[in-house]
Amino acid sequence: MIKIKEINWNDWRVIYTLFKKELMGYFNSPIAYIFIGVFLVMGNWLFFKNFYLIGQISLRGYFDLLPWIFLFLSPALTMRLWAEEKKTGTIEFLLTLPVTDLQVVLGKFFGALAFLFISLLLTISLPFTLVSLGNIDWGPVIGGYLGALFLGGSYIAIGLFISSLTKNQIIAFILSLVGCFTAFIIGADFVLLGTPQFLVPVFKFLGLGNHFFNIAKGIIDSKDIIYYCSFIFIFLWLNIKTIESRGWK
Amino acid sequence: MIEIKNLTKKLSHNIILDSINLSVKKGEILGLLGPNGAGKTTTMKIITSFWSPTSGSVKIDGLDTTTNSIATRKKIGYLPETVPLYDEMRVYEYLKFVAEVRGVSKNDIKERIKSVVSSCGLKQVIRKPIEELSKGYRQRVGLAQAIIHEPDILILDEPTTGLDPNQIVEIRELIKRLGEKKTVIFSTHILSEVTATCDRAVIINDGRIVAEGTPDELIKKASGKEIIYTKVKGPKEDVLRILREMENVEEVKETDKEAEEVYGYEITPKTGVDLREYLFLSIKDNGWSMIELYRKSVSLEDVFKDLTN
Repeated sequence: MIKIKEINWNDWRVIYTLFKKELMGYFNSPIAYIFIGVFLVMGNWLFFKNFYLIGQISLRGYFDLLPWIFLFLSPALTMRLWAEEKKTGTIEFLLTLPVTDLQVVLGKFFGALAFLFISLLLTISLPFTLVSLGNIDWGPVIGGYLGALFLGGSYIAIGLFISSLTKNQIIAFILSLVGCFTAFIIGADFVLLGTPQFLVPVFKFLGLGNHFFNIAKGIIDSKDIIYYCSFIFIFLWLNIKTIESRGWK
Repeated sequence: MIEIKNLTKKLSHNIILDSINLSVKKGEILGLLGPNGAGKTTTMKIITSFWSPTSGSVKIDGLDTTTNSIATRKKIGYLPETVPLYDEMRVYEYLKFVAEVRGVSKNDIKERIKSVVSSCGLKQVIRKPIEELSKGYRQRVGLAQAIIHEPDILILDEPTTGLDPNQIVEIRELIKRLGEKKTVIFSTHILSEVTATCDRAVIINDGRIVAEGTPDELIKKASGKEIIYTKVKGPKEDVLRILREMENVEEVKETDKEAEEVYGYEITPKTGVDLREYLFLSIKDNGWSMIELYRKSVSLEDVFKDLTN
């Protein structure tokens, strides 16, 4: 069980060391550069393709796209996190270090999240380009970035959990993509049309998308934040459970 | 130091370990012997808290490896059989990561890395990515990783497999040197290794301990019956009859034929009797010639075969 009071400074130092290892792991392989490259090119191109057609100085188009770009990119970030450790056997090294399963999971989660954060940081040129074209409403921009981080965190939590179920990175990628897509789409209008009436509010609440678009409007509601935190918590908890059950079967 | 009590591990109804009891004293080098799949690796996985036991317990300095695993893991350095390393890291970077995550204080990290680099002979590869290292160097990085936090206990799973003979000797020397200060448990199926490095050996088969003792003790236990080999020139039937009629002989077997009328025999004497002189004289008295005569010493290989088949 996770006991909050047992976490002390020393535990955070361990999490920080593991976090650093995961983050450096991205930059030690070509994955990081490919990821950032694809992310920036795809995002900018798709945004500017419509930007001049719409003719509005707003990042709304960009933040409408972001969940879809993340849908493909975040499983790419998480697929190796456990699957590779299992395949190469480093999991046996990692989990016999004096670290708890919780610390390892948090280190991996924050490592991937930090990488996503860095990639988002590199898109900051977008709003500043728009500023030079005219007035921009900063509320939705800040909201959009914050929402993107929470949405990305949720995708990463799903992907990390799924990666712990397999040795195969490709399987981890595909299943994570399906998982993230389902969680994102479940509250969308065209899905709700086909669901039984009593399930509509449930689906509406559960879908990752609605909460993102709320925040991206610039309305930062504690309800949405709590939703995302619980969502992430549940998948990290499931992740810890799968790691704990090693050598049981 | 290490107390293993009634340790049992089941994986999907297969019993991998069946009630193992074992205690290892401080400063001892213990060899775990056994055929593949006997349970050596499983035992190590449980000692290092990678797996939890189905029942029974492992205690290190009185601390249980399931309930107090963070404390016990700190005392252990572990080299798994597959030598898992983070291939994309450089050797220095990797050792630094291990030292940090194991809680070596910031001021000591450089010093410790220096010390393991020199004791494991890693100086030439310190800046190289691990994926470029040869098998021998990987093994040494694995050992360096296991000793960087100066643990009291070293658990090494088949540390010499896949190495060339020179590297094997080197690694063995290293283990011996480390064993002067630390408790070492290592597994192997190379028996000469046990004679060369261990204070004590445990033979495991089918998840059970079948024998335990110093290498000499193990040999003695099995060599209660010694065998004398002799080659005699003379008619086979007559020689066999004379040998069988001899006092203090338990069993005689004809083993090989070198030429016409020249046969080899294996004689098992009764325990504690030296038959050699008497044997020689009786062959000579019958007018035959003795071409060879020696005592076959029992090796650890024979003990192993005997106990695990």
